[in-house]
Amino acid sequence: MSIFVDENTKVIVQGLTGGQGRFHGVRNRDYGTKVVGGTSPKKAGTDVEGIPVFANVAEAVDATGATASFVVVPPAGATAAILEAAEAGISFIVCITEGIPAHDEARCYNILKRDFPGTRLLGPNCPGIISPGKCNIGITSGDIALPGGPVGIVSRSGTLTYQALHELSQQGVGQTTCVGIGGDPVPGTNFIDCLEAFEADPDTKAVMMIGEIGGSEEERAAEYIANHMTKPVVSYVAGVTAPPGRKMGHAGAIISGSQGTAQAKMDALSAAGVSVALNPTEAGEKMVAIVKSL
Amino acid sequence: MDLFEYQGKQYFARYGIPVSPGGEAETVDQAMTVAEGLEFPLVVKAQVRVGGRGKAGGIQLADTLDEVRTHATNILGMDIKGHTVHRLWIERSSDIAKEYYVSFTLDRPNKVYIGMLSKEGGVEIETVAEENPDAIIKLSINPLDGLSLETAAKWVSDADLDEEAREQAAALIVKLYTCYVEGDCDLAEINPLILTTDGVVRALDAKVTLDVNATYRHPEWEVWSATDTEDEREAMAKEKGLNYIGLDGSVGIIANGAGLAMSTLDVVQQAGGTAANFLDIGGGANADLMTAAMEVVNADPAVRSIFVNIFGGITRVDEVAKGIIEALRRVDITSPIVLRLDGTNAVEGRALLEPHLNAQLISEPTMLAAARRAVDLAAAPKEG
Repeated sequence: MSIFVDENTKVIVQGLTGGQGRFHGVRNRDYGTKVVGGTSPKKAGTDVEGIPVFANVAEAVDATGATASFVVVPPAGATAAILEAAEAGISFIVCITEGIPAHDEARCYNILKRDFPGTRLLGPNCPGIISPGKCNIGITSGDIALPGGPVGIVSRSGTLTYQALHELSQQGVGQTTCVGIGGDPVPGTNFIDCLEAFEADPDTKAVMMIGEIGGSEEERAAEYIANHMTKPVVSYVAGVTAPPGRKMGHAGAIISGSQGTAQAKMDALSAAGVSVALNPTEAGEKMVAIVKSL
Repeated sequence: MDLFEYQGKQYFARYGIPVSPGGEAETVDQAMTVAEGLEFPLVVKAQVRVGGRGKAGGIQLADTLDEVRTHATNILGMDIKGHTVHRLWIERSSDIAKEYYVSFTLDRPNKVYIGMLSKEGGVEIETVAEENPDAIIKLSINPLDGLSLETAAKWVSDADLDEEAREQAAALIVKLYTCYVEGDCDLAEINPLILTTDGVVRALDAKVTLDVNATYRHPEWEVWSATDTEDEREAMAKEKGLNYIGLDGSVGIIANGAGLAMSTLDVVQQAGGTAANFLDIGGGANADLMTAAMEVVNADPAVRSIFVNIFGGITRVDEVAKGIIEALRRVDITSPIVLRLDGTNAVEGRALLEPHLNAQLISEPTMLAAARRAVDLAAAPKEG
């Protein structure tokens, strides 16, 4: 099994006719994802390499029965696109857009929470989700993932997500689902949402969690793991050497005072019984050892 | 983007938040001109993005023009916790009766806004939080609800601000909230918010962090972006549109993705070296961006080796490879380069680079091996 998506998930791409939307939308479709349509107000009625383009999400949903959406829209229009998808009844929205103002994200998150409690947003500023061999929504390169489980991956960072997939796949260890939650201050889906789903998924036997500096999500996840997880968790937190007060690329990756340091997060995770690695390669090795002992 | 106090006050003024009249100066002469246009007594304040200016002697009272000259001369060029003072803010001195604290920022765990208000201002809020946490009254605000004058009035009363300050403080706090939200601030903080002896409430300091993601809808921020970076390397990187932070080590870092870039710094340290910088070339890096990244890292005289760590997602490794080849053509790279390339189109990328590999351009199969090689090269004596 997988979490959030599976081989039957029908996806539409908002922004399919743009450069990035076309590249990744077609790539997701070629991977085997059921990409059933795209939207573009000006290009309705055309198609992108055989994927039909609709004027808006509501029409796309009516015509295709899509339940998931992939938002590839520039920052100024991204939250409007997310809300359009929610209004059209989409229940799972993946937004990869980087650079959305934090106040827009906060408003969008709270509108979804208040008016569309059944809708899950993944991202923004995330690589997306891949359930190897079944469904790939986002920008992850499908060939670095290995189907068959038994590992679930959740990560705040895009490229470190690929690195984690790569470390496991090279050792012949597959993944059930790999979720990139993104590095922005207001993520739609957080570590705990994913840990909860992995804990409930019978095919996932162990979880790899990749964190980074900033905020307190890793600490909260540690508390959740200590109290609710029965499955083994391996973790790596990036940014041990990051200087305080500087945003390390991601808007959310900033050490404020003594808050948000990698060391504090690693300590909290260790105390919760998580196997903490010092780099992605070591995290891969620890996970391979765990999987072999299952 | 962190604003200086004077910039923060200018921003506050746009939203109708009362501040003392004043002006900025970068030289003693400018300070004198500003002072001549103001009513004495004045206060001369060092503009640095770090707390503790007062204790370091960076804030001085002046009753005469001569005193302004003395203080301006002393403070300009002063070092405050590693920050050199390049600018002054000179304003009308205030007769302070009471000092309060107010701020708005994002409550990340709960994904709403959090306001903090205290009648104990003028000291570091972290100190108040530690020694007298009950003196800080927190207010959780849903972005969809906003902050009404009514709520603000109850809040100042809950925080036990002095009776005579409450009405003005509530009005000011609503304006600060508007500045925080509509002004796209990550942080809007006034410490101290003062009540003067003649009963006026105003912002005596301003600490504002702007959300650079919102730059596109704030043309008024343009004037402040020039003062944003003081590190020469960072200024050069910014001009080229790169996400760069200067550090003190000798291994230059170029990576794609913030997480991988941070992780690259970590593994360099684990291999016994130190990173010269953080540089995330981001998604969709092309030849121009890669060339720019190489130029910036190469321009840092402390760099002894360059570690290029790429895992292709949006970024296609063949594009990165073309960028590296182009950069080698355009720039005289003085340090050896260690490459680690994986992900989308990695096979094509590695094939493009194969004919160019030599002692100055080395490819390693893994991140750890590449880190070790880059650290070894940085420690080796420099040729020529």
